[in-house]
Amino acid sequence: MSGAALAPSFGLSQFRAERESDWQRLEQLLDLVEKKSPKRLTNQDLIELPRLYRATLSALSIARETSLDGSMIAYLESLSTRAYFILYGCREPLWHQVGSFFASGWAAAVRGIRGEIVLIAALFFASALAGYALVLSDPTWFSALVPGEMASGRDMQASADYLRGTLYDPPEQGGLEVFATYLFTHNAQISILAFALGFAFGIPTFFLIAQNGVMLGAFYAVFVPKGLGWGLTGWLMIHGTTELSAIILAGAAGLHIGRAVAFPGMRTRFAAAGDAGRRGALVMIGVVIMLLVAGLLEGFARQLIVDDGARYAIAALMLAFWILYFTLAGRSLDDRP
Amino acid sequence: MIDPDARRIRELVTPEGVALHLRLATAGARAAAFAVDAAIMLASLIAITILAFFILGGFRTFGPAAIIWLLGLFLLRNFYFTLFESGVRAATPGKRLLKLRVVARDGGQLTGGAVLARNLMREIEVFLPLIFLASASQEGFSSKWLSIFGFAWTGIFLFMPLFNRDRLRAGDMLAGTWVVENERQRIAPDLIARPNPGADRYSFTPAELAVYGQFEIQRLADVLHHDDPDTIVTVAGVIRRKLGRSDEADGAGDDRAFLDAYYTAARLHLERGLLFGQRKRDKHDSAS
Repeated sequence: MSGAALAPSFGLSQFRAERESDWQRLEQLLDLVEKKSPKRLTNQDLIELPRLYRATLSALSIARETSLDGSMIAYLESLSTRAYFILYGCREPLWHQVGSFFASGWAAAVRGIRGEIVLIAALFFASALAGYALVLSDPTWFSALVPGEMASGRDMQASADYLRGTLYDPPEQGGLEVFATYLFTHNAQISILAFALGFAFGIPTFFLIAQNGVMLGAFYAVFVPKGLGWGLTGWLMIHGTTELSAIILAGAAGLHIGRAVAFPGMRTRFAAAGDAGRRGALVMIGVVIMLLVAGLLEGFARQLIVDDGARYAIAALMLAFWILYFTLAGRSLDDRP
Repeated sequence: MIDPDARRIRELVTPEGVALHLRLATAGARAAAFAVDAAIMLASLIAITILAFFILGGFRTFGPAAIIWLLGLFLLRNFYFTLFESGVRAATPGKRLLKLRVVARDGGQLTGGAVLARNLMREIEVFLPLIFLASASQEGFSSKWLSIFGFAWTGIFLFMPLFNRDRLRAGDMLAGTWVVENERQRIAPDLIARPNPGADRYSFTPAELAVYGQFEIQRLADVLHHDDPDTIVTVAGVIRRKLGRSDEADGAGDDRAFLDAYYTAARLHLERGLLFGQRKRDKHDSAS
């Protein structure tokens, strides 16, 4: 009896004894990668890591079929899972990711949503026109469309002199940097919201974009009849070519995910949403960067440069830069899968 | 065997063809992790302000403080989660504390875009409901109801993890990720490798070894690892009765040696069955 029981026992307990040092070695390497950095691995470790992973995985398969040592099986499974995510889930270093984002990823993502960009831009300018026409036909619309604190006196009753002052006078108090920070964080937060709301089939995104467009149109209706349309455009567009582009991109990214969730096409809804979400997120990082630029232009450049010509020059330069960048950056890589 | 956690297990087949079982995090664990992270964010914002106050030697204007709060709040709100989840461990401090991590649902690379997408969606899952709540508490009657309606609407996003099997947030759906438990298992000492001097006193017939199956033997292993004297006595009594042995014949008081001997013999018996392709799952299983 005892002799028969001992023969297989030899093989099975050996199984664990002769592999346990490999498992501990793998655990050490994983700890090193997780706690310190993958860079701490020596060449020897790098060769060993996949070998130890496969050995552990095969030990897991054997143990599941031949062993009743529950604790060992659970340990092997958790160790294999950890190793799997380190080996297969590994990513490029952060700096490479940032580099490739600016070299091609951002512009490619923007090109990937060009249909939505056209649609959102059309919606934005159409609602601006609508706002303009509404306020011209009936000035009482202005207070309904533009919240009071935003208008800050620039309403239908304001005199031309006062309006001209808002465009060209230097700001009364200092604190340009606080103003610029506020503009940047506020605008970036709104555009991230516009993106996230796209998840609700893109409908709230439409509203946000249309609301912004209508407000822009309403302001034009205040300034244009007093002959200040040209000045207002300079005042707005010095940062507006960057800021409005960013807002349109954010809206388009939101619409992109909304469209993927609502109409996934041939893919599953989850697959479509995943693709759209990852592409949209890349666009959004770019939007935050653009809004940072816009906040600096609005907070500093607009307050310091009061010449219309200079304002238009900056506006045109920025617009040309963005268009060239988005159409050309990383173009040659687009055909790659 | 009915495991209450079985509903949370998801299978991941590695390229080598081995199935690994991932256990999804519970909604409670994720909420707790978020609470920890929110506390850390708030604490670090306060710490930065105090630090800046001392470095600048007190604020003459409110400018520096305003910039720190505006920019700090913005960066923390939007990039705290992204930054930590981009690391090797794919977990924020809160998730790390609760032993959770983010993984791609297809088991592949967790890209920067995916981490960003899942965290930008927090804007409508967390901050939008908060804004509605705050405005509901401040506004008058009509806009109060509007705010409550808004809160109910955003509640759909907030409580989305409770309404799907995989506990996915809106952000997880959009990024193709899910959050799994990442607990390290310790390997317990090998019970049959240790010398057991008392084992010679016991011998078991094949019929006695076939009484129990895999489930009972693994529970017995847990009892032996735990090594609680009272439990050992109880379990030894139960097994002796089941086998029809009297305490006196085996020498009462040496329950640990008896259990060790029975465990070793029964496990080897069952493992030998496994080698022949017969798995006796529990005592009711008629295999072998």
